[in-house]
Amino acid sequence: MDPEKHKGELIMAYRGLAKKLLDSKSIKIGDRIKIKKDDISYEGMLLDRPEDADDKHLVLKLDNGYNIGVEIKDAKIESIEEGSKPSIELPPVDLEKNPELPDISIISTGGTVASIIDYKTGAVHPAFTAEDLLRANPELLDIANIRGKAIFNILSENMRPEYWVEAARAIAKEIEDGAYGVVVAHGTDTMHYTSAALSFILKTPVPVILTGAQRSSDRPSSDAHLNLISSVIAAKSNIAEVMVCMHASIEDKNCYLHRGTKVRKMHTSRRDTFKSINTKPIAEIKNGKIKVLREDYQRRDSAELEIRDKIEPRVALIKTYPGINPEILEYYIDNNYKGIVLEGTGLGHCPDDLIPAIERANEMDIIVAMASQCINGRVNMNVYSTGRRLLGAGVIPVADMLPETAYVKLVWALGQSKDPETVKKMMIENISGEIEDRSLLEYFPG
Amino acid sequence: MDWDEIGLKMGLEIHQQLDSKGKLFCPCNCELTDDKPEYTIMRRLRPTQSELGKIDRAAFEEAKRKLRFYYQAYSSHTCLVEADEEPPHPINSEALEIAVTIALLLNMNVVDEFHTMRKQVIDGSNTGGFQRTGLVATNGYVETGHGRVKIENLCLEEDAARRIEEREDGIVFRLDRLGIPLVEITTDPSIKDPDQLKEVAYQIGQILRSTKVKRGIGTIRQDLNISIRDGARVEVKGVQDLNLIPEIVKREVQRQLKLLELREKLKNRKAKVVDKIYDVGDIFKDTRSKIIKGAESVLAIKLEGFSGFIGMELQPDRRFGTELADYAKKMGVAGIFHTDELPAYGISEEEVKRLLEHLDAGENDAAIIIADERDKAESALLEVVSRAKMAMQGVPEETRKALEDGNTSYLRPLPTASRMYVETDIPLFKIGAKMIKRLEDELPELPSEKKERLIKEYGLSEDLSSQLVKKGFADDFEKLTMVDVDNTLVASLLAYTLPELKRDGYKIENLKLEEIEGALQLLKEGKISKDALKDIIAYIADKKVEPIRAAQELDLLLLSEEEVGEIIQQIVEENEDMIKERKMAAIGPLMGEAMKKLRGKADGQLVNRMLREKIQEKV
Repeated sequence: MDPEKHKGELIMAYRGLAKKLLDSKSIKIGDRIKIKKDDISYEGMLLDRPEDADDKHLVLKLDNGYNIGVEIKDAKIESIEEGSKPSIELPPVDLEKNPELPDISIISTGGTVASIIDYKTGAVHPAFTAEDLLRANPELLDIANIRGKAIFNILSENMRPEYWVEAARAIAKEIEDGAYGVVVAHGTDTMHYTSAALSFILKTPVPVILTGAQRSSDRPSSDAHLNLISSVIAAKSNIAEVMVCMHASIEDKNCYLHRGTKVRKMHTSRRDTFKSINTKPIAEIKNGKIKVLREDYQRRDSAELEIRDKIEPRVALIKTYPGINPEILEYYIDNNYKGIVLEGTGLGHCPDDLIPAIERANEMDIIVAMASQCINGRVNMNVYSTGRRLLGAGVIPVADMLPETAYVKLVWALGQSKDPETVKKMMIENISGEIEDRSLLEYFPG
Repeated sequence: MDWDEIGLKMGLEIHQQLDSKGKLFCPCNCELTDDKPEYTIMRRLRPTQSELGKIDRAAFEEAKRKLRFYYQAYSSHTCLVEADEEPPHPINSEALEIAVTIALLLNMNVVDEFHTMRKQVIDGSNTGGFQRTGLVATNGYVETGHGRVKIENLCLEEDAARRIEEREDGIVFRLDRLGIPLVEITTDPSIKDPDQLKEVAYQIGQILRSTKVKRGIGTIRQDLNISIRDGARVEVKGVQDLNLIPEIVKREVQRQLKLLELREKLKNRKAKVVDKIYDVGDIFKDTRSKIIKGAESVLAIKLEGFSGFIGMELQPDRRFGTELADYAKKMGVAGIFHTDELPAYGISEEEVKRLLEHLDAGENDAAIIIADERDKAESALLEVVSRAKMAMQGVPEETRKALEDGNTSYLRPLPTASRMYVETDIPLFKIGAKMIKRLEDELPELPSEKKERLIKEYGLSEDLSSQLVKKGFADDFEKLTMVDVDNTLVASLLAYTLPELKRDGYKIENLKLEEIEGALQLLKEGKISKDALKDIIAYIADKKVEPIRAAQELDLLLLSEEEVGEIIQQIVEENEDMIKERKMAAIGPLMGEAMKKLRGKADGQLVNRMLREKIQEKV
């Protein structure tokens, strides 16, 4: 694993005064210690402390299970007993392969669905093996033979276009190795970017399902379980597309399978945060069964596995707003960016002031695409004069494509071709279900 | 009973809701609602690995039931936080301040830094599968007549969701109560006398009432920890009436002693619990027992050497069999049959005989039958097996529920310590010396201090003063003394008359302080008599009318001296014969007659004086 990709883990460590004190007494995390003050003394196990907290307190787990912070000022500290190294004792899992069941690969990229917390130290463990998954979700054994693989352990906000490629290659490898379907555990923040990227990079003969959790998997109410079980069921289905599988509502009832290019995180915290936008979900999974909601999906084995993994990461996604300064666009133009997606207002507009910069970008063969910050609906730049002027300046309207999908698509398309005209054509062509010709009444509010 | 000899040890845990603006981790209001729910959310909970790598015993117990939960939610009373759809907001600092104030009144050491923990509770009462809680203070005490009792811990935590009903497809909870801040106060478990236990509960209750806490039914809950030597720690939940505490203790002690006795008896018989579950459906093919007949399957186990002991009484009207049934019921079955009580319930002697034969049971062996869906019956019998095995060890550690008669019933195994892990969504809260100093300066008057002050300032008797404080009327009393009538009269009105009226069924809780004040004002202005006060207040409480109207409608306004004179004159004239005959001795019966007519409308002394004068005139 690339150490670069571990950024963003919750870092636990004493520092400053507290560290000095502990070092001077050779006290380690997990040791049983006594802290004496004038009027009180506490005894318990020394726990680690979040690095962003101050260096004036020690964290103690008392025998009653509670943690408290004890200020080290005027306190006497003594070690009572050295702690054993905290370890998670887990019973072994029977991993015997069931020949009746298909092999499903679960690839972990980090994030909530895959985190195991060491409650003793409070540290987030990158542990993610098939065993861990099965231990937490023994029901999986009845559905499939599970293979687990951790490729990164990052928070999804730290995803980068290069990682999309890496993930796509790892998925392709699993498929080559005979996986009947692949599930990708992913942080929810940028799951829809990754799902869009995989949709463009991969041509897949089997289902590729991204899933995650809005409530961390260490809590009993986590949505991870239903999402994961449903994803494995989806991975066995006949729908050979890249999809996102998450709670359909805030109840633990059913999940939707959203097309990877037309899905978006729409709520900061709810379980049903992912919505199909300008379309409807492909299928619903309920009570362990899959119910297909539309017929226009890619069938299993109808495509050969193909990986088209050249990308161009120098692409920007810019939201326009009243008062936006054209300098912002100039910056990207001057800094050798190859593409810009504008998230314009309404039908696909931005202030007139930006037009000269857009014209300059166009002259330099920088692709400028227009999506709408309305999220719902289709851009149409023929209705108002600003739209028409923007078209004249070379802006590519990307129909009913999500701004995030348009960004990902441009990153990918610029990798696929160096010819601006070809890229422009690709941007307005439906390649992986990202553009639909018809906007149906039922799509909004979704 | 000699409590020392049996090694009785008790502890107390009090939960008290705080009266803060907003819940502990969101700004929803802390009122309950009986409105029709706007939303119902179905959820499932799963146990997770806990902090020390072990899976919690109690958590697993609940998990086995695989129950679904339905949460009733309202836009008016709940938000996404209660629904576990939004992370908790930072802790409500007002609630934390109230908790620290209580800790200071209990002579406790407040922690330097408050850490919010997750206490795993997967019975559905918390949408997250855990209750958020944190330790505020340790190491305090209260003084009692039996000596000092140590207060070990004070925690600030969120209240659980309200259990509304248990349906076939899951338990229904209402989210209105979830998140209301409460303090949990735990005493040292070394209390040795049931009366002291009751007194500590009372004392802490009094201290709580002097701070900003909620009042009324369900806002305070008492749990007891009880153990005897060789017995086990048992937690009794939900004690509503403090007066019941000594009885609950007595009966729990009795239960543990009986269980120890049972252990000896089982040992002597070389009793054994057989793990095998028998399908005995065939035996009951033609049974007349309706319960068995209607069931999908009939399963049985054999308890070797248990015959005669399953019917053994552990508490008045609760047998060992009741304990076994409690365990079985946790798996969703309606109950069990055991051979100590059979033949009965439509099960014939012949069937019992064939059952015992089928199990190859000897004369000392007993059998337990459960008739239900196969899965349920099987898991229920496994529970019975495990409880029967515990009987051979003695007293199991359990959480039990207080019943109204002082008995207890099994709820779940005692939770193990590994239920607690840190809540990472809430920042640490540094309490600090400055905050403590400020709260120390604003400490409310303690009940004992208040009692002494009322005696000194208002000349009340010890008894009246302590009644006022105990019943929570002290503040009302002080406000009412502004009216400037006799202090003792006001005090006894609050301390005795109101509770009396309440007992008689008047809606005293509807009474506003201004209304009592108005009635006292009438007394002060001489418009009503002292005797009329009680009736007028009762009338106001029921009819919700102004005090003066109450007096009018009851015909209790005082009459003028002239009017009184006329009535007395009339009585004297009507009874001239008696006066002639009995002379001044007629005053007795005539006074009675006069008061019948004038009660509440004239002062008794005045009536007496005028009557005496009129009789004298005649004589």
